[in-house]
Amino acid sequence: MAEAQIRNYTLNFGPQHPAAHGVLRMVMELDGEVVDRIDPHIGLLHRGTEKLIEHKTYLQAVPYFDRLDYVAPMNQEHAFALATERLLGIDVPERGQYIRVLFSEISRILNHLLNLTAFALDVGAMTPMLWGFEQRELLLEFYERASGARFHAAYFRPGGVHQDLPEGMLDDIAEWSAAFPKFVTDMEALLNENRIFKQRTVDIGRVSVEDALNWGFSGPMLRASGVPWDLRKAQPYDVYDRIDFDIPVGKNGDCYDRYLVRVEEMRQSLRIIDQCVREMPDGPVVTESNKVAPPKRGEMKQSMEALIHHFKLYTEGYRVPPGETYTAVEAPKGEFGVYLVSDGTNKPYRCKIRAPGFAHLAAMDFLSRGHMLADSVAILGAMDIVFGEVDR
Amino acid sequence: MDEALKDLAEHVEAAIGEKVVLEPGASELVLRAGRDALLEVLTFLRDDANCHFRCLVDLCGVDYPERSERFEVVYNLLSHRHNLRIRVKTATDEDMPVPSASGLFSSAVWLEREAWDLYGIFFSNHPDLRRLLTDYGFEGYPMRKDFPLTGYVEVRYDDEQKRVVYEPVELTQEFRSFDYLSPWEGPLPGDEKAEAPDG
Repeated sequence: MAEAQIRNYTLNFGPQHPAAHGVLRMVMELDGEVVDRIDPHIGLLHRGTEKLIEHKTYLQAVPYFDRLDYVAPMNQEHAFALATERLLGIDVPERGQYIRVLFSEISRILNHLLNLTAFALDVGAMTPMLWGFEQRELLLEFYERASGARFHAAYFRPGGVHQDLPEGMLDDIAEWSAAFPKFVTDMEALLNENRIFKQRTVDIGRVSVEDALNWGFSGPMLRASGVPWDLRKAQPYDVYDRIDFDIPVGKNGDCYDRYLVRVEEMRQSLRIIDQCVREMPDGPVVTESNKVAPPKRGEMKQSMEALIHHFKLYTEGYRVPPGETYTAVEAPKGEFGVYLVSDGTNKPYRCKIRAPGFAHLAAMDFLSRGHMLADSVAILGAMDIVFGEVDR
Repeated sequence: MDEALKDLAEHVEAAIGEKVVLEPGASELVLRAGRDALLEVLTFLRDDANCHFRCLVDLCGVDYPERSERFEVVYNLLSHRHNLRIRVKTATDEDMPVPSASGLFSSAVWLEREAWDLYGIFFSNHPDLRRLLTDYGFEGYPMRKDFPLTGYVEVRYDDEQKRVVYEPVELTQEFRSFDYLSPWEGPLPGDEKAEAPDG
């Protein structure tokens, strides 16, 4: 009998696939069930955010950042606000900084809740997703009470935050944070020693420290490989340097370690939230300079100057002195950076957004090679990809 | 600039001072390098024990249409060991290729594809220089300053042809860009008194 000719099988994964986490299309070359090569096609959610920002004032650019990583919107705003503040050379009042740290950590828990539970769903466990969404809903209520919006908050502005927290909210956050650890324990009871979960994740998609740095990994993806690197500790911004928390690191750099790192990060975020609630000082939440932040509504009824400031801020906006900066924050997914170039006008000349998911997805081919087809889904799930930020 | 960055600047200046120009006055450390020396500079920054910038965090283009070499390619590097950041810039135009950094940093592969896609900056020796973010069959380089915000084509589903069709953009309202630069700051044209105060 003549030898049968065996050809590699090319499979199209997505863009409409429940495990594709949005609109990822991957062209996979399979040798049997083993992945030979993966070519991710991204850009199906490309909205030209960077181009749009070049045509908007600095204040109008803020809401675009919500729409990047829409699972944890406020961390993105934080990076842009910090970059603009650095160019403007202004400081944020202490209460404003505490509120920003508080909501950054709420966003981190929001993100990990979705990612961990969706990851569990990808590898076959449905219950965590249902439980996790209940908790997410509670956190989104805090979002809504602070900013008026559940997702696209536009709450962190250059100079501080948009408005003060409503009365009694800190007590409610403290109440929630006392009840939350039970959810984490329950979820861990479902997954940590689960035989199927471990078979699908342990030793899958291992990355060495060397490779992780080479591919530009950051956040939990880097920490799972054993690098204790966290921008909140290494290059602290706002009041993170005053807050006590630990950085969890993994040992093996596989999907299971990434899961464990994220679970522990939720606990650490809870510690930060508790400290913020306890130590929250009184005072203004946004810079007093009316050249950057709008005056109070009451003042505008009385003072002509306040009225002029308000009008100027919401039409022309403020002008930012010429200069450039690369400012990064530790977003839940990794290092989220903004490279902002100002030419002295009221609009950014260039605003490059460095999304952590972009670097992680670029390594998809490298991570999946030699694994089974089903493992590529686990690898993708543990990467924590959201297409809003990858495609921009 | 803080002490560690100043030390680093001195070290870089001493080692490869003839290949780079330090941008003065910035609070962050910025180096300018020629296209020919770029890979040498990046290799030095990656491998030197006092630099150890092992991670290419970001790479992007910036467009300055009024310059003779209109594009700037900006490399943002991070050293985890020394907890420092550095930025390397090089200039190019529409035709001149920039040597690809993908041999030094794997993360450059996609970042350079993105810069090629959005600005049309050509990278030589790149393993796979295809478009990344824009649509299949897209024409033009959308992030260039002379590319209109609204683009040239729009898509819709055509029920007769049973497929998505491309058509030239039709705006019901013209895109308006307001010039907010105030005429009230600085001397007014024709206002000679402003030139000579206390005259």
